[in-house]
Amino acid sequence: MSERTILDVKDLTTHYFTSKGVVKALDDASFQLKGGQSIGVAGESGCGKSTMAFSLLRMVQPPGRIVSGSIKVDGMEVTGLSEKEARSKLRWQKISMVFQGAMDIMTPVYTVGYQMREPLKYHKGLKGDKAKEICMRYLDMVDLDPELYYRYPHELSGGQKQRIIIATALLLEPDVVILDEPTTALDVVVEARIMNDLKRLKKELDNGMIFITHDLSILAEISDNLAIMYAGWIVEFGPATKIYKEPKHPYTQKLIAAIPRLRKDIDRLEYIPGAPPELTNPPSGCRFHPRCEQAFDKCTEVEPEEHVVEGVRVKCHLYEED
Amino acid sequence: MPRTIVKARNLRKEFEISQTFMQKVRRQPKMKVRAVDGINFDIYEKRAMAFVGESGCGKTTVGKLVMKLLDATSGELYVKGKNITKLSDHRKLKTYRRMAQMIYQDPFSSLDPRFKVFDILEEPLLIHGIGDTIAERRAMIEKALEDVRLTPPDEFIDRYPHMLSGGQRQRVAIARCLILNPDFIVADEPVSMLDVSVRAELLNLMKDLVDSQDLTYLYITHDISTTRFFTDYIGVMYLGIIVEQGPVADVLDNPLHPYTQALLSAVPEPEPDRLDRIKEIPIKGEIPSGTNVPDGCRFHPRCPHSKEICKKKVPVEKEPAEKGHVAACHFAGEIEFKLKVAKLSEDGKVEKVEELTVDELAEE
Ligand SMILES: Nc1ncnc2c1ncn2[C@@H]1O[C@H](COP(=O)(O)OP(=O)(O)OP(=O)(O)O)[C@@H](O)[C@H]1O
Ligand SMILES: Nc1ncnc2c1ncn2[C@@H]1O[C@H](COP(=O)(O)OP(=O)(O)O)[C@@H](O)[C@H]1O
Ligand code: SF4
Ligand code: SF4
Ligand SMILES: [Mg+2]
Ligand SMILES: [Mg+2]
Repeated sequence: MSERTILDVKDLTTHYFTSKGVVKALDDASFQLKGGQSIGVAGESGCGKSTMAFSLLRMVQPPGRIVSGSIKVDGMEVTGLSEKEARSKLRWQKISMVFQGAMDIMTPVYTVGYQMREPLKYHKGLKGDKAKEICMRYLDMVDLDPELYYRYPHELSGGQKQRIIIATALLLEPDVVILDEPTTALDVVVEARIMNDLKRLKKELDNGMIFITHDLSILAEISDNLAIMYAGWIVEFGPATKIYKEPKHPYTQKLIAAIPRLRKDIDRLEYIPGAPPELTNPPSGCRFHPRCEQAFDKCTEVEPEEHVVEGVRVKCHLYEED
Repeated sequence: MPRTIVKARNLRKEFEISQTFMQKVRRQPKMKVRAVDGINFDIYEKRAMAFVGESGCGKTTVGKLVMKLLDATSGELYVKGKNITKLSDHRKLKTYRRMAQMIYQDPFSSLDPRFKVFDILEEPLLIHGIGDTIAERRAMIEKALEDVRLTPPDEFIDRYPHMLSGGQRQRVAIARCLILNPDFIVADEPVSMLDVSVRAELLNLMKDLVDSQDLTYLYITHDISTTRFFTDYIGVMYLGIIVEQGPVADVLDNPLHPYTQALLSAVPEPEPDRLDRIKEIPIKGEIPSGTNVPDGCRFHPRCPHSKEICKKKVPVEKEPAEKGHVAACHFAGEIEFKLKVAKLSEDGKVEKVEELTVDELAEE
């Protein structure tokens, strides 16, 4: 594992400017990612996980845009890049992404090889045997038969397709790979094998990984650091081992207690009553206060600051030192 | 012993696959998928039984057979003592449908977007001629909404599905079942599209309904970790058959069949110190298609313990451990379940392999 910081995000804020008002999908997100490391991003649907990913790729769809903050990839500031620069300098080469549901949108009329070669041709001008050789090497790397290069998507299983998508995302040796729910549609056996591949590749290739899912059990398998998101905020950030063993933020505590266990008898599962707020008009003070059992007066009025407790960042008033 | 509500004996369902033009020209015989291939199980009153397994193994087909949405090819299916495989009379079917209800996976498409919650819940009442006046029906609808804790009912009764969250929609789907006061519910992946917290809330609710509404469940899922909390019995399906079944804790803590052992090794658990360890998943290749079921033990091409006999002889169910816990494997009871984990070196190479038993796993 290298100690090189490959991604440095500071106060990143992305909003959607809709006719119904401003959707505050991501506010003041900050974190760093080092080579060979991974960040797991978890939180309920609509809390801003995908928005964060699209911001890093400079692919936020209108009416959304990055409002403020900075993103440095391998030292290069990317918030100021033009769309053309983002395409030629950033995407695929520096950061690549495996999109939610990507395996369903592989083009049926082209071979696997054809689809994999595209980014090599566009970004590196590589064609012919050279391109083929690289593609086959990456197919092998994700534990597939390199001969799949000649096959068509409809001849493949869901697991094979998903591995091909992952191989393609790795082809240009990006510093950071973002995976958005890459295994959600797959059976456990296939999912477990892909997780094994990802763990191995993360070390082998020494790149950084951002793994997004609502499934905290899967995240435990792959994350060095964990980012727990709620209503557009990163409410807790730190080493996964610490957060799973002793979650600090009241939201994280409930999320972890809500996971059904395979080898433990549980009488009742914990859950968080209510639903996450609309982000056009999030609650005052702490955005979690309407659902928080531990809320007190201050929570309804004052936005909590981040406190560092035993190496974990927590955005909650409970950890204020007076 | 509680009463048996559902009893399946040698239940079978085949589907014919449509042929391509060339297959027809060559007069090739029609291909058949043996989606459910001779299964036996009992579900007791006020208990929940889970069916788990990889996609395509036949879980949903079992659910549809029990609901009479499909007719069995052969075998018997008794519900409350009546053989429903023979049931074809329209009126009797309608009575049956009132007793057995189904919840589907997708809370976004199972409710008609043009109808308000009131209309969605009134429909089954109208179909079955329940409630003479609108006021009577409204009272029933309000009660059903309260039963699924959509309270106060007034706040939800006039909403359209798009004005509800995924979890709320799934509650409306449950309320639609409950309103007919069924004995029995088939729930096909009811929570798999929902967030953890909403999933937990709904599973709690569904479990409470067992007692408050005297319900029995057939619960279909690929998420094995939800079964221990929610169900009493579990059946593990592979290529159309139940390879192992029994009380849920017995099966999960002491899996006897190599397929169950492989499935359980694959289940992710929220234990973060396994970062640089790779789990061995003791299963080869991918699931064969239902048109091409291997001879002998149908799991043998993928089984790491396969011997000569497995290729030739179909294993019968054995009960080598706990009572009622059976597995269809020649060597059931002789193959101990251990999870093999390999430690990864700094550069991603496998360094050393250790074996963990179930007890060691539970302690972690
Ligand atoms: N194009 C858009 N226009 C307006 N609002 C949007 C748009 N895309 C997302 N949002 C809003 O931004 C917020 C965050 O959405 P985002 O897709 O990032 O959530 P997520 O955490 O990835 O959720 P999921 O788990 O469902 O994928 C939500 O309130 C969402 O409704
Ligand atoms: N209507 C149908 N026509 C043909 N084949 C079907 C039909 N429904 C299911 N099958 C096949 O039957 C097998 C079992 O399917 P299913 O019961 O849906 O599995 P599961 O619910 O476990 O994913 C699969 O091979 C599937 O393709
Ligand atoms: S700041 Fe208050 S409301 Fe927010 S999580 Fe902490 S205790 Fe709960
Ligand atoms: S019968 Fe043989 S092939 Fe089948 S599961 Fe048992 S050991 Fe494996
Ligand atoms: Mg998303
Ligand atoms: Mg899953």
